[in-house]
Amino acid sequence: MKSPLATLGVLTIAALSLAACASDPSSDGAAASGALTVAATDSTCDVSATKLEAGPSTFKVTNKGSKVTEFYVYADGDRIMGEVENVGPGLSRDLVVDLPKGTYEGACKPGMIGDGIRQTLDVSGEAAKPLSDSEELTAAADSYARYVKSQSDALIDKTTEFVDAVKAGNVDEAKALFPVARTYWERIEPVAEKFGDLDPITDGREPDAIAEGVDFTGWHRIEKQLWVENNTEGMDVYADQLLDNVKQIVMLGQDTPLTALELAQGSKGLLDEVATGKITGEEDEFSHTDLWDFKANIEGSQGAIAALRPVLEAADPELVKQLDTQFAAVDAELNQHQDKTTGDWTFYDQLSKDQVKALSDAVAALSEPISQVAAVVAKSA
Amino acid sequence: MSTDDTAPKPGLSRRKLLGAAGLGALAAGAAGAGAGYAAADTSPPPVQPDPDALPIPFDGVHQAGIVTPSQDRLYFVALDLTTDDRDSLIALLKQWTAASRQMTQGNDVGKLGAVGGSPYAPPEDTGEALGLPPSGLTITIGFGRGMFVDGDGTSRFGLDGQLPDLLADLPSFPGDRLDAALSGGDLAIQACANDPQVAVHAVRNLVRIAFGRASVRYSQMGFGRTSSTSSAQVTARNLFGFKDGTANIKVEEKKDVEDHVWVHEEDGPDWLVGGSYLVTRKIDMRIEIWDRESLEGQEAIIGRAKGSGGPLSGGDEFATLDFEATTDEGEPAIGEVAHVRLAHPDFNNGAKLLRRGYNFVDGSNGLGQLSAGLFFIAYQRDPVKQFVQIQNSLAGSTKDLLNEYIVHVGSALFACPPGVTADGYWGDRLFV
Repeated sequence: MKSPLATLGVLTIAALSLAACASDPSSDGAAASGALTVAATDSTCDVSATKLEAGPSTFKVTNKGSKVTEFYVYADGDRIMGEVENVGPGLSRDLVVDLPKGTYEGACKPGMIGDGIRQTLDVSGEAAKPLSDSEELTAAADSYARYVKSQSDALIDKTTEFVDAVKAGNVDEAKALFPVARTYWERIEPVAEKFGDLDPITDGREPDAIAEGVDFTGWHRIEKQLWVENNTEGMDVYADQLLDNVKQIVMLGQDTPLTALELAQGSKGLLDEVATGKITGEEDEFSHTDLWDFKANIEGSQGAIAALRPVLEAADPELVKQLDTQFAAVDAELNQHQDKTTGDWTFYDQLSKDQVKALSDAVAALSEPISQVAAVVAKSA
Repeated sequence: MSTDDTAPKPGLSRRKLLGAAGLGALAAGAAGAGAGYAAADTSPPPVQPDPDALPIPFDGVHQAGIVTPSQDRLYFVALDLTTDDRDSLIALLKQWTAASRQMTQGNDVGKLGAVGGSPYAPPEDTGEALGLPPSGLTITIGFGRGMFVDGDGTSRFGLDGQLPDLLADLPSFPGDRLDAALSGGDLAIQACANDPQVAVHAVRNLVRIAFGRASVRYSQMGFGRTSSTSSAQVTARNLFGFKDGTANIKVEEKKDVEDHVWVHEEDGPDWLVGGSYLVTRKIDMRIEIWDRESLEGQEAIIGRAKGSGGPLSGGDEFATLDFEATTDEGEPAIGEVAHVRLAHPDFNNGAKLLRRGYNFVDGSNGLGQLSAGLFFIAYQRDPVKQFVQIQNSLAGSTKDLLNEYIVHVGSALFACPPGVTADGYWGDRLFV
């Protein structure tokens, strides 16, 4: 198990570099203003102050509840300004985030699901400096890089837990962790797909492996063993390899972050994944946990669009409205299939044909405006 | 009422874009695109166009695709509305009208078309009809009951007051094996063309425009028009090998068209005057069983000669049917339950239909049999007095002998609005 401190260190570094890139590079982000506290429980989220000065703020998030939680600071359209993930019960983590003048929302997500418990944050003082087109695109890419970073940390944590459970022969625990760990993977899949060699051996499916004449490895190899054989025999090697590959993809992804155009294309790619893999139940053919992946792909797409939001708002506000409407429609359709208490999703093989059709219609309706995003971004470049 | 969406646009001609030049380049083959285009500047003018390639006018009093001489190919699609918003529905109908006006005239969809837009954006037009002529494309739209009222009698779009009384569910007929997934629909698009690729292009682009507002319920491709709707056309054959539609209403029969096809003012509602009711029936044919039937048996079932299409009472294809004529043995020459007798206007209070059906083969069924049949399409002024009347005469194991070889698996009824003016859109009279 990875030490919480190690993760904390990584987060702090990320937060500092964020502060540096978005404001006066000479200001000392972490120390510029006094620490705010966030007291998170399973049902509350108390931020010590909701009126803040523009500039870097430090949120000390303490989890006083029984569920693992997260804390986000969102701008309009749920654009993530900063977040800490995976804060275990009894632990504290710091989030440093540089906020220009504006209205934001702080959100705790006990159990790491749902829209979270939200509180409005009013920031007064200096407005954000207007950015040139190219600066806006860079800012969008940076914003998405922060998103990828946050997901990557949780991905490595959860994959490690999954791999540990597999190697310990804890079948039930491994089955429970499989869709959860994949959530982080599926949110940032466009990053993985950039690395053509690693994606198939990590997330490839059995028929493709057979067709290519290569060993069937990765997530779905272990999935098959867990659900078909109901054991973990012979899985150690695949489990170790999975974790190695995930780590390598995360590292490569951070070395070569996606450009604004790539992430526009990625937001569409994630929906294509949903339309071809999840809506058909092909992705998780043994576990039928496709809706976890479905939701994660949608969230990943939304994460990419959120990062691009300022660019899109400036160039095509009508498109942003359409995207908001259709994302909301997909969420409404999808959320009917989630158990609000456990956060678990309905298994794909328990969905009726009509329910699958309704999901498919909603994704198709969203895919049309999403397919216009790349051209708008390209025009802004 | 005119908007940007519906105003006539010159459009991008897909032929001008590639035109003779493109075809020249294709002919040149290995010469490569660049060389092909360069050489094309001096290529000879296109040859005299094939009449089947020409455009059919889009605007008019009636929608095209009803009395238009039947084209060779069909792509039919029924959709369910997924929006609850009246303005979205209106916008959809406007955009469909504009796109259909462009496509029927051989132009790309949209302002920038298939290849004129941003390299990073999906093209406005899907492009598979680039270089193809208009091919007699007609696009005909129909409205199902579900557009006017929901199951509980309320109306999402405030159209309940406009629901025609006759747009009710068709009754069940004996022997029906209807599949709900192949029946009904809030909207119908009938695309007919002499080139199947042109028909598919039309439907594909309209379906694409509709995403988020309407979703495909079922669709059907058809070939070999089974009905002639003009005296100038040879009567085509259905998959039973018989000429089909000899007695159909023809466009030249002005009085029949007027009396039996178009909705009149006294019929109402106002918005439908000049329109027509469309009945579709997907009819599976047990063709392997049929093929084992003797020639004499096949002819007795239909009541016509297989070769000439002439009635068994004597004469050529267009000879009047003599239901009193008898054989040497004293039996009726056209049997009491022969298909042509039961379906004839004389036995149906004078009811006639304008039929426009197409053959289909949807692959095979895994048992070594073809999944084949007839996609029956009929236009009429009053579905109760016409289709329902005739089908009641035919349906049932003691009636039409043909029932042993066919099964109705899909069914739908649509009200097709009248044609549009140059600045109007389909159904505009519903939303005034």
